Amino acid sequence: MNISYIILIPLVPLAVFLLLGINSQKIKPAISGYIGVLGLSISAALSLYTAYQYFLVQGKVDGVYQTFVSKTVWMKFTETLHIDMGILIDPISVMMLVVVSIVSLMVHIYSRGYMKGDEGYTRFFAFLSLFSFSMYGLVLATNLFQIYIFWELVGVSSFLLIGYYYTKPSAVAAAKKAFIVTRFADLGFLIGILIMGYFAGTYDFQTLNNPEGSVILNWASTSFMGLSVITWALLLIFMGGAGKSAMFPLHIWLPDAMEGPTPVSALIHAATMVVAGVYLVARLFPMFYFVENGFALNIVAYVGAFSSLFAAIIAITQTDIKRVLAFSTMSQIGYMMLALGVSGYDGHEGVGYMASMFHLFTHAMFKALLFLCAGSVIHAVHSNYLKDMGGLRKYMPITNITFLIAALAIAGVPPFAGFWSKDEILVAAFEHNMLIYYVGVFVAGLTAFYMFRIYFGIFWGKEKEYEHAPHESPKSMTFPLLFLAVLSMVAGFIPFSEFVSPDKVGFEAHLNYPLAAIATSVGLLGIILAWIFYKKENSLSDRFAMAFGPFYKWTSDKFYFDEIYLFITKKILFNNVSAPLAKFDKKYVDGTMEGVGNKTVWLSGKIKGLQSGKVQDYAFSFVMGAVIIALVFIYLWTN
Amino acid sequence: MIAGISIYEILTVTSILFFIGIYGFITRKNLISVLISIELILNASVINFVVINKYLYPDMLQGVIFSIFIIAVAAAETALAVSIIINLYRQISSVEVKDTEIMKY
Amino acid sequence: MEKYIFYILSFIIIAFAVASVSSRKMLRSVIYLLFVLCGIAGIYFLIDYNFLAAIQLTVYAGGIIVLIIFSVLLVHHIEMELEMAKVSRKILTALVCSLGLGVFLYTIYNNEFVVVENQITTSTADIGGKLLSYDAGGFILPFEVVSVLLLAAMIGAIIIAKGRKLNDKNEEAL
Repeated sequence: MNISYIILIPLVPLAVFLLLGINSQKIKPAISGYIGVLGLSISAALSLYTAYQYFLVQGKVDGVYQTFVSKTVWMKFTETLHIDMGILIDPISVMMLVVVSIVSLMVHIYSRGYMKGDEGYTRFFAFLSLFSFSMYGLVLATNLFQIYIFWELVGVSSFLLIGYYYTKPSAVAAAKKAFIVTRFADLGFLIGILIMGYFAGTYDFQTLNNPEGSVILNWASTSFMGLSVITWALLLIFMGGAGKSAMFPLHIWLPDAMEGPTPVSALIHAATMVVAGVYLVARLFPMFYFVENGFALNIVAYVGAFSSLFAAIIAITQTDIKRVLAFSTMSQIGYMMLALGVSGYDGHEGVGYMASMFHLFTHAMFKALLFLCAGSVIHAVHSNYLKDMGGLRKYMPITNITFLIAALAIAGVPPFAGFWSKDEILVAAFEHNMLIYYVGVFVAGLTAFYMFRIYFGIFWGKEKEYEHAPHESPKSMTFPLLFLAVLSMVAGFIPFSEFVSPDKVGFEAHLNYPLAAIATSVGLLGIILAWIFYKKENSLSDRFAMAFGPFYKWTSDKFYFDEIYLFITKKILFNNVSAPLAKFDKKYVDGTMEGVGNKTVWLSGKIKGLQSGKVQDYAFSFVMGAVIIALVFIYLWTN
Repeated sequence: MIAGISIYEILTVTSILFFIGIYGFITRKNLISVLISIELILNASVINFVVINKYLYPDMLQGVIFSIFIIAVAAAETALAVSIIINLYRQISSVEVKDTEIMKY
Repeated sequence: MEKYIFYILSFIIIAFAVASVSSRKMLRSVIYLLFVLCGIAGIYFLIDYNFLAAIQLTVYAGGIIVLIIFSVLLVHHIEMELEMAKVSRKILTALVCSLGLGVFLYTIYNNEFVVVENQITTSTADIGGKLLSYDAGGFILPFEVVSVLLLAAMIGAIIIAKGRKLNDKNEEAL
């Protein structure tokens, strides 16, 4: 299979970024939108062609999907340890290409309507293209270091786009928060990479992931504090993944990131960048699975399960619809993580891995759809808050329908996409870890509940007094909604297990009817509860909130995690560590440097008279110097 | 060859002349005096060339020819120096060294 | 005989050189220099380089000294007394110079010169032949270079001396 053209997939958005970024003042907004969409269309077409070629034309060789690599050595440290730049084509990278390109293209089209008339329209498209480039690069990375480079690039794009409304203080703060929290997590990632480089001696994914390779076979050779160093490296790498994917306890940036424009939330903070952590774990899955008998993988499972539950509970009480969706995203990513965590490796055992990737795929579609619908609603009523919405179904029929489809998909109602992937996840959890299975089922119910809570809150209930009557969004915005809605309906029927599995062999997945029935009925229960609570405006929900009392308050304040972090950083770290260090820096480090500078100035002032401008003075010095040198030489020669 | 005079004595004389020139170059306060000192230094070296040619390599003429070149260069140098001094005098009405130190710190 | 003439010439050279660098009258200083140059010409005569002595007299005594006298007369009053350096500076310079002289003499007297006894008289024709010869050891190329240098110096001297009066613009620069 010829893969050389795949390099164009990231390069076209990069070219668009450079074109729009450099000429952002010259290009007319109308044209820049078309350029952005055109660039992404090319990438999307190439991605889909790649997927077609890879899965259907090329297919399996000897029952296994082949891995294609094209790379060049960039920095060589030793024979085995070198940083490469290249592209890696295997089932999950091709799947991610499809996800990224579809969602990115839809968001580009949608943004043409959503951002219309906005100042910095061209800049917005330039940043979106930069993001797309970075994300493609991340997906196609052949080694840990390359993935890290693009990992930081998506972080930067995310920072730029969250802080897109840079005149708004809250947006600037959110951008900084997102950047700092993810950077903190990436510190762990980097340390993990370095440990991996030192002990495993290679960054290359294929060498690392080879189940018969020396890295996996010799994991026990060096240990540190009771665990293999490779496990430590994996845990640190997972820390980076957890930061990017907003896993507990590094989740605090994601809700705030909703300050960015809604298309950005749909693209970056729902569908693509935040699942990079899942992708990273999946990319290193053989290592996670084999090293230390899956110790690191267990951590992944529990972190995922806890985050999933935690976020789902918070999502119930939030009143900002974008924040509800943000917590929902976090919850669903937790789902993917826990699915990876309970996965096996061979054959049908790999159902968790496959389910995780499947859920990543379907979730990207319906969550992007949810965000875009939310954007459409916000566009119409100019508010993020549930209290300002109600009864919109009459005004916005298309948004209503598409939102409903997406909500049904995420709630796991058959035959929508979410049902299939969620079912596979629950099957995997049921087979491996009952505790996680119960958490999963409970979260499924919560998901259905909070999702229909906002659905009923927005589109049903009492009509609010709007300043001007809300109306359906323009075609450029509804087209992506409809397209994604169709995908959300049909994506579940893709025989995903044929394509994606840890050992790349593929297997036949069957619906487990009892489990599916339980999950579906829990989901339906959540929907019915939401129906009772929120279909008509009534005091039932308030009374329940009262009944829960302080717990409700904690939840709506997100369990005070922001406050805890602020306390730790501001009160403890800043006062006890940073302030003394700053003082030391100012007094001694700066003091020494300034002292050197001041002394130099002082000394120069003293000796500047030597440069008198009189040739005679110079001649005098010259003669004296020559005489002294002559004397020294005579002395040396005569002795 | 000067009968009864060794090369050492002549070189002694030229050395003295040379350092008198240097002394003048450093201590004089007037640009023309400085120029005169430079002439002394140049002449001291010209004598050395000539004398060494005569005493050590009498069958060659390199020293003499170099002396001629030095004299030519000295003439050129003096002509330029004098023109510079005259120009300077026209500009600042002074040929004192202390008035020409704008190149200092 | 020649011995005594040399001593007299040496005395003249050194005495007038000292007078030249210490006189407070500009014109006198130049005239003392003229005596020094004449003394040097005498030494050239003594060692049988008549052509060189002639050059010394014509170019130095006849050309350069006249040039310097011109410039002195252009920029000085005859009666003006020159400013002298500070005594401490004079002493310091004198010390350094005598130290340097000591180094020179020490080096000279410690060096074995291989003196070739001879009484060769160099004719002007020899010098001229050597200057214009383009065989090995000929000096035609430096000769031409020097002639170009002289031309350049001449043009340069004219341009510089012609100069421009100070105007408001370049006054600030000075």
